[in-house]
Amino acid sequence: MGDTSRLCSVWLGSETGILKGVSLSRKQAFNFCNASHLSRDQEVRALCWGDPAESELLVGSVDGTVKTFSTEKGAFTETRSCGDPADGCFVGLAALGGSALVTCAECGTLRVWREDSSEPVTELHAGQNVSRMRQSPVHRHKVATGGKENGLKVWDLQNPQSPVFSAKNLRDDWLDLRRPQWVRDMAFIPDSDKVVTCTGYHQVHVFDPATPQRRPVLEFEYGEYPLTALSLPAAGNTVVVGNTHGHIALLDLRKGVVRGCLKGLAGGVRALQCHASRPVVASCGLDRFLRIHSLEDRTLLHKVYLKSRLNCILLASTDLEAGGGEGGAPGVKEEDEGGEDDEVWETMERVEEKTKRKTTTTTTTEEGELQKKRKKGKD
Amino acid sequence: MAKHTSGSRGGNGGADGAEAKEEVKMEKSEAEAAFPPTFNVSEIKNKQRRHSMFVKYKQEKSKLKIQLKKKKKKERKALGDKAPPKEVPKTIENQRVYDETTVDPEDEEIAFDEGTDEFSAYFNGLTNPKVLITTSDRPRGRTVKFCEQLATVIPDAHVYYRRGLALKRIIPQCLARNFTYLMVINEDRKMPNGLVLCHLPDGPTAHFKISNVRLRKEMKRRGKDPTEHFPEVILNNFTTRLGHSIGRQFAALFPQDPQFVGRQVATFHNQRDFVFFRFHRYIFKNEKKVGIQELGPRFTLKLRSLQKGTFDSKFGEYEWVLKVSSFEKSCNDATT
Repeated sequence: MGDTSRLCSVWLGSETGILKGVSLSRKQAFNFCNASHLSRDQEVRALCWGDPAESELLVGSVDGTVKTFSTEKGAFTETRSCGDPADGCFVGLAALGGSALVTCAECGTLRVWREDSSEPVTELHAGQNVSRMRQSPVHRHKVATGGKENGLKVWDLQNPQSPVFSAKNLRDDWLDLRRPQWVRDMAFIPDSDKVVTCTGYHQVHVFDPATPQRRPVLEFEYGEYPLTALSLPAAGNTVVVGNTHGHIALLDLRKGVVRGCLKGLAGGVRALQCHASRPVVASCGLDRFLRIHSLEDRTLLHKVYLKSRLNCILLASTDLEAGGGEGGAPGVKEEDEGGEDDEVWETMERVEEKTKRKTTTTTTTEEGELQKKRKKGKD
Repeated sequence: MAKHTSGSRGGNGGADGAEAKEEVKMEKSEAEAAFPPTFNVSEIKNKQRRHSMFVKYKQEKSKLKIQLKKKKKKERKALGDKAPPKEVPKTIENQRVYDETTVDPEDEEIAFDEGTDEFSAYFNGLTNPKVLITTSDRPRGRTVKFCEQLATVIPDAHVYYRRGLALKRIIPQCLARNFTYLMVINEDRKMPNGLVLCHLPDGPTAHFKISNVRLRKEMKRRGKDPTEHFPEVILNNFTTRLGHSIGRQFAALFPQDPQFVGRQVATFHNQRDFVFFRFHRYIFKNEKKVGIQELGPRFTLKLRSLQKGTFDSKFGEYEWVLKVSSFEKSCNDATT
C-alpha cells in the first residue's frame, strides 16, 4: 500500500468517502479507504496537507471526523473528532505548525485544535452560512472566511476577537436595491495582502486590506452561473475560476478580462488547483473525471475517470506530472553529455520518451525539427 | 499576310466563328489536361459546359470503380478458397471509441454509489412513486391530451393545471403531499417540446427535449386503452454512468412489483443518446411467439442537462450539460 501511495501526485476526495490517489506517470488511480465498508457520512469535504513536507494528508468528513493519512505508509494513521455533524459540513481545513489544525464548519464556528485535547483551543464565530475557509500560504495564522450573505472576513488566529479585515458589500445598484452577496471561494495572492474571491453571482472580486477601502478594489463578472472554485497559478496576475456548468476560465487580474477558457468539463466544477511551479491546473467535479489542463496553451493533458463524484483535490508540489515533461536540472546535465557522441544520440532517438527530454536541451536548429516530432507524438 | 489570315478567319462567318472558338477552347482544355492537372472543372465559367464536364468526370470515375470491382470479383473466384477474407465495412457502431465511463456490473464502488444515492429509498422498496404532471403556463390542446395520456401510462399520476406558479414554490407543496416526482411538460407553439423530470426529496432534475410525439388517435393498429395494471419497465442500452443515472430515474417512475399483473410494458430504448419511449400490450401465443399491440403515446427524448438537487436552473450544480458546439463530437455518446 505504501508504494502505491508514494507514486501518487494528485489526491482527491470523493462523495463516497474514498480517498483517491492518482499517479499520472503511470496513468493509474488508487483507492484508499478507511473503513471496510463505505458509508455516505464519510464523504470527504475538505482535504489539506498535514505538513509542509507533504507526507501527511488531513481528510475532513461529513460526520465531523478528521483523519490523517500518511503517504509513506499508505494508510490512515489517526482519527480525531472535530465537531458535530449538526454544525454542518467542513468548509475549510488547514494545518498550523506543530500538529495543530484549524477547522471551520458551515454554521460559522472556526476552531483551532491541538493534538492532545479534545476541546478546541480557540473558537470564533465567523457569521452564518460560511461557504469556504482558506489559510494564507505565507502567514499561517491568517485565515479568510466567506459565505452566503456573509462577506469576506480575514481573521488572525492569534487575536480571535475580531477580524483583521471585514469586507463591505458592493454599492447598491441603479435601483437602490441591496446587492446580494455570496462568497464561494477565495485565495490569498502571494507577495501582497490582497485576497481574490469568487461569488455565487458570477463575480470575481479583489480586496486589498492594506488600503482603507473595504469594498473590492477590482470587480468583474464571468459567465451566467455561480462560480464555485478558484485557484491562483504560480505565475502571477491571473486566476482560474470554475462554475456550476463546467466552464473553467483563465482571467487576468490586472484588467479583469477573460484570457481563455479550458474546455472539456461536462459537470459542475467542485475544486480547482494549480500546480505550485508548473503551469498546469487540475480540476475535478460532478462529472467524475479528473482533468489536467496546461495553462499556456489551454490543452487537456490528462483525463482520468474516477467513478465517484469528486469533492476536493490536492496536488503534490513534486514534479511527477506528465511523463515527458521539460525537466530543469536534469536537462542541463544531459546537454553536457549529449554534445559529445552522435552515436549516443542516434541510439537514444529510437525510444520516444528520451527524445522528448532531449528536445528542450538540443540546439535551436534541431529543436524546430524535433518539436514537430514531439507534437505528432502527443497526438 | 496577317491581315489575310485574319480576314479569312473572319470570313468564315459568324456561325463558324463560334464553333472555331469552341474548338479552340476544347483544344486548350484538353491540352491543359494533358499537363500536370492544375486545371479544375470548376474554373469553366459556362454553366452548361461545366456541368457536362463534371458529368463526364463522374461517369469516368464510376466506370473505373465498376472495373475495379469486377477485377476483384474475378480474382476472388479464381483464388477460390485461398481468397483473403472479406473486409468488414465501417459503420458508426464499429467506429465508436470505447467509453471509459461504461459501468461494469461488478464494480463495488459504483454499486455502493447507486445503493446510497437519491433513489435508494425507491429501490429498497421504501417508497412508492407518486407523480405530479403539469405543463408550462397556458397549454394548448395537444399538450393537454399528451399529459392526460401520460397519466394513464404512469400509475398514480395526477395532472394539475399550472396556473403560472413558480416551480420552486410548487416543490415544497409537493413534498408536503408526499409526491416523489414532478414532471413538467414544456410547450412551444402548441407542441410539447421539453420535459423537466424532478425527483422530489432533493433528487436530481433531468431536463429533456421531446420530439416526435404521437398521441393515441394518431397511432396505427393500436389496441384498446391501457388499464390500471402496473406496466413492466424495459430499459435498453443505458450503459454508461450517466446512462445509469437516467435509467434509474425512469425506473423510479413506476411502482415495483415482481409479480406482473396485466400484460403492459413501457420501454425506454436508448440509442445514440436518444431515448425512445413506447408502450405496448403483449400476449404470448406460445412458448416462442409473442404478439404485441402498441397502445399509448410514443415520444423521443434527448437529455439536455442533469442537475443535482431539485429544480434550480440558476444556482444549481449540474452533473452533465449538453454542449452543442463541442470539439469531441466523434462517435461518442454520453448515455449509451
